[in-house]
Amino acid sequence: MSHETHKATNYMAIFWWLAGLTVVEVCYSSVLPHEHKAALILGLVGFAVIKATMVALYFMHLKYERKSLGIIVASTLILGCILVGVGIAEHLLPRP
Amino acid sequence: MEAQAVLVHERFDEETNTGIPHDKMGMWVFLCSEVMFFTGLIGSYIVLRFASPFWPQPSTVLNVPLTALNTFILICSSVTMVQALAGIRSGNPGKMKLFLCLTLMFGAIFLSIQGVEYWKLLHEHTEHYPHGFNPHASLFGSVFFTTTGFHGFHVFCGVVCIAFVTGKALLGKYTQASHQGIETIGLYWHFVDLVWIVLFTIIYLI
Repeated sequence: MSHETHKATNYMAIFWWLAGLTVVEVCYSSVLPHEHKAALILGLVGFAVIKATMVALYFMHLKYERKSLGIIVASTLILGCILVGVGIAEHLLPRP
Repeated sequence: MEAQAVLVHERFDEETNTGIPHDKMGMWVFLCSEVMFFTGLIGSYIVLRFASPFWPQPSTVLNVPLTALNTFILICSSVTMVQALAGIRSGNPGKMKLFLCLTLMFGAIFLSIQGVEYWKLLHEHTEHYPHGFNPHASLFGSVFFTTTGFHGFHVFCGVVCIAFVTGKALLGKYTQASHQGIETIGLYWHFVDLVWIVLFTIIYLI
């Protein structure tokens, strides 16, 4: 992990993006009628994923780490997605 | 002979077969286990909410503006933590000390606001929850306090660790060449921030 690449990262720009997206998220959830559940969930989860990815890539420096570490983290996230996905599918899919 | 042994030991410490310092790798493995822990909590929340015939709109029960402020504070603490690391890496211990103290302050403010939020929820009587919103009141209350409570406990542990690291920094224990402790605790702190970003969206906004 090179220190030069870290110096090049503009942490304040990332901070303002995170703060701005939080404001947009709160406005989006209060403005959009709650009858549009799918649009609400997709939009808000999308914002949260973007924010979480920015924290992991730039603040946790995952962008500059070795691939092996990325693979370890990615495999954990995939397992997590499977865990949540199976739980949701259990409820959504029709039962025989 | 003894000097040679010390040299060999130092080389063993510096060279790792992953190319990543051992303590940093240990923290990442721990964080991976934490991902699974919070995935279990978030997954349970989603499944219970889908399966429940009655689930109040969170914004009618919870104080969203106050929690949005708390989210902003945690994001501030994340940026001060990364600035502290950048400070010592660039050979500026003054910057590191200042930003570590700010991180500690933001972490304490987050916990205080969460405490106020809990107190209000537990003691304010509303139409839906005449005896206060608590873990006994509803399934939502139970899952809400479990999930946010565990996250709050993680923040508390992070604040204690940052206080320890800040103390060491103020004593001048970290240098430009040796500051692994700050990077390792920083990883944990950013993870706590990352989890809150997800929890805030799923529990408070959706």
